Amino acid sequence: MNNLSVEHLIGIKELSTEDINLIFKTADSFKEVINRPIKKVPSLRDITIANLFFENSTRTKLSFELAEKRLSADIVNFSASGSSVKKGESLVDTVNNILSMKVDLVVMRHPNPGAASFLAKKVDAKVINAGDGTHEHPTQALLDAYSIREKLGSVKGKKVVIIGDILHSRVALSNIYCLQKLGAEVMVCGPLNLIPKNMKDLGVKVSTNLKEALEWCDVANMLRIQLERQDETYFPSLREYSMLFGLNKEILDSLSKKIVVMHPGPINRGVEITSDVADSEQSIILQQVENGVAVRMAVIYLLASQIER
Amino acid sequence: MEKQVILNAKHLELTLKRLCHELIETHNDFSETVIIGLQPRGIHVVQRVKEQLVNILDKEITCGSLDITFYRDDFRRRETPLIPSVTNIDFSIENKNIVLVDDVLFTGRTIRSGLDALLSFGRPKSVELLVLIDRRFRRDLPIDANYVGKAVDTLLSERVSVEWTEIEGKDKVVLYSKENDE
Repeated sequence: MNNLSVEHLIGIKELSTEDINLIFKTADSFKEVINRPIKKVPSLRDITIANLFFENSTRTKLSFELAEKRLSADIVNFSASGSSVKKGESLVDTVNNILSMKVDLVVMRHPNPGAASFLAKKVDAKVINAGDGTHEHPTQALLDAYSIREKLGSVKGKKVVIIGDILHSRVALSNIYCLQKLGAEVMVCGPLNLIPKNMKDLGVKVSTNLKEALEWCDVANMLRIQLERQDETYFPSLREYSMLFGLNKEILDSLSKKIVVMHPGPINRGVEITSDVADSEQSIILQQVENGVAVRMAVIYLLASQIER
Repeated sequence: MEKQVILNAKHLELTLKRLCHELIETHNDFSETVIIGLQPRGIHVVQRVKEQLVNILDKEITCGSLDITFYRDDFRRRETPLIPSVTNIDFSIENKNIVLVDDVLFTGRTIRSGLDALLSFGRPKSVELLVLIDRRFRRDLPIDANYVGKAVDTLLSERVSVEWTEIEGKDKVVLYSKENDE
């Protein structure tokens, strides 16, 4: 199979295992490309891409921009602050205005869950979801799984624990879908009130004991506490959270095997992960960032090839 | 489909041997020369040429493979996306003489992409082209080969296929044509 089964990348939920493997295979080639002296290929030179960021982002925005530029696409950037959104323009109007400037593909981050799916139904362009509220963040999950595949050889049969604020995390949900489709076992770990009730229905193990979860896993994916999405207090203090669920060198060294440590960023050093762990040999945080560009190039390339000339 | 064998195993080997001697004439001991095969089919020609050259010169020859998928000009003109093969150039091409190798030269578009792809690895001293089969008078672009195994005259509707023992089971070059064509 050489074609994605979807027309837009809204979430991992809609992707098939073959889709994910196709994306990975294509990303392998792009990873080789971005390590060349000239890191650019001309494939998308007739494609225009709009990056619409209605919510703050550093890594994802930079990563998408780099991916687009390395494919030779023309890009326009838009962020909600300093735009007409503040003047009361609706999402569809904003996007349609941008599209009438002949844009082929839209990369969007939005604080509302379902915004990407809504947009895909309303506008005549390819849509890539770069994070919609607490729903999904598909490219992050793809690059996480790609990094596990690169580090451990395959994802199938591996045990991955996602630790932290699962309730407010789009990364967690996308990761669960992606890892399960690739045949990995998934566990979530954190304070019970930050774990959604439906986790068992998704076939995900739940633990509230960090040490136990770490002993079980091959890979630990540490998530940030999303204070900006928490409208009430979920735990007494960050210090207490850090004592119970923070990953430090002591716990890491006490485990019976060497596990791989991941983090989607941005890191809050000293909260969910200590500096010495984040910078240790077991951490693949920076490889994740590098792979992010290759994986996003693959997604854009595969979707753009469906656009009719 | 009608089949016509253009080169059988014996002729193919002779042709490759001749090409190797032509290469040696220009490149002497290959100290400043590297051979790069275009994916997916050019790499098999490189494999054979390399074996022969190593036999004749009794020294290692630097070879690589180049994938040109992302440089093609027919992206989005096909039903399905083009899926890339592996590029393997783990040496510097800076100031080297390059021999680009492919199995069949037809419209010249693949070679054009190949040149673009190659130049993103650096600035070689010179680039030459070696092809096993030249479907002459069928070029879309002003591109020509320096070393030609065999030139053939073909119709647009025909297809030339270079087949190898390790893949198709037998070394040969075959011309396929539709039966209703003259």
